[in-house]
Amino acid sequence: MASILISNPVTNSDRSKKKKKKKIQEKDHNDEHNHIKWKSEAQQQIYSSKLEQALSQVRLGPSPSSPSAEVPRRGRAVHEAADRVLAVAAKGRTRWSRAILTSRLKLKFQKKHKRQRVVSAATGSSRSSSRKPKVSVLRLKGKSLPAVQRKVRVLGRLVPGCRKQPLPVILDEATDYIAALEMQVRAMTALADRLSGAGSSSAPPS
Amino acid sequence: MSSRRSRSRQSGGSRITDDQINELVSKLQQLLPEIRDRTSDKVSSAKVLQETCSYIRSLHREVDDLSERLSELLATTDTAQAAIIRSLLMQ
Repeated sequence: MASILISNPVTNSDRSKKKKKKKIQEKDHNDEHNHIKWKSEAQQQIYSSKLEQALSQVRLGPSPSSPSAEVPRRGRAVHEAADRVLAVAAKGRTRWSRAILTSRLKLKFQKKHKRQRVVSAATGSSRSSSRKPKVSVLRLKGKSLPAVQRKVRVLGRLVPGCRKQPLPVILDEATDYIAALEMQVRAMTALADRLSGAGSSSAPPS
Repeated sequence: MSSRRSRSRQSGGSRITDDQINELVSKLQQLLPEIRDRTSDKVSSAKVLQETCSYIRSLHREVDDLSERLSELLATTDTAQAAIIRSLLMQ
């Protein structure tokens, strides 16, 4: 166990010792800044309040007889609103946030395709192997490795707005996207807990 | 990944070094709860990317479930109660 603790700081200092281009170092600071931003309590508060505002507009009215067909649509609408608010919270500095905001108009007729893709991606990533194989005889290791390439393409499809982006862009966007998604989950969980907690507190105990 | 060629013809224009890629991949690695707790230096890039994809998918699913839950909660509370709750939340 102790070896793990020791190895981590070593790799960190190793990374900082390596000479990198200034651009990368600046980017590192920016990324760390972004990464910390998504973890901060203030950011989550901002997101939560904006989310509540958006959700109050999304609500299709309190219909007591909620038909089963309505529920997936409402859930979807909530999800979309949450994603939109998340993209706004990103302040448009990342591709995925801009893609979410601009794709809202196209979302109506993209929805079907997206559903299919998500389902097939969820069932197995073997789908990517059915694409034309990117194997050639002499390949450099690392980025040009077909397995890595394939996986990065899959990743690019998962992150909004990154389908045709080069590898480092996809990896970069994915890092920020994951942090943002985690914050989204935290905020929505807290909100759901508050709503259900408030609901149950006002109802008489059974 | 022993060959460290700095020239790669994959991306048009800018030179992407192996180091850059490794850097980005290790940054991703730090975010993944699965891999972060293991010995972080011995995981291959493909594995990290695989974990990233499944992690993003599971996060998507989680947000989906939460949206469903929230939509139900929002729908079942009636307007008076919702107003009270909203005022509580706005604090």
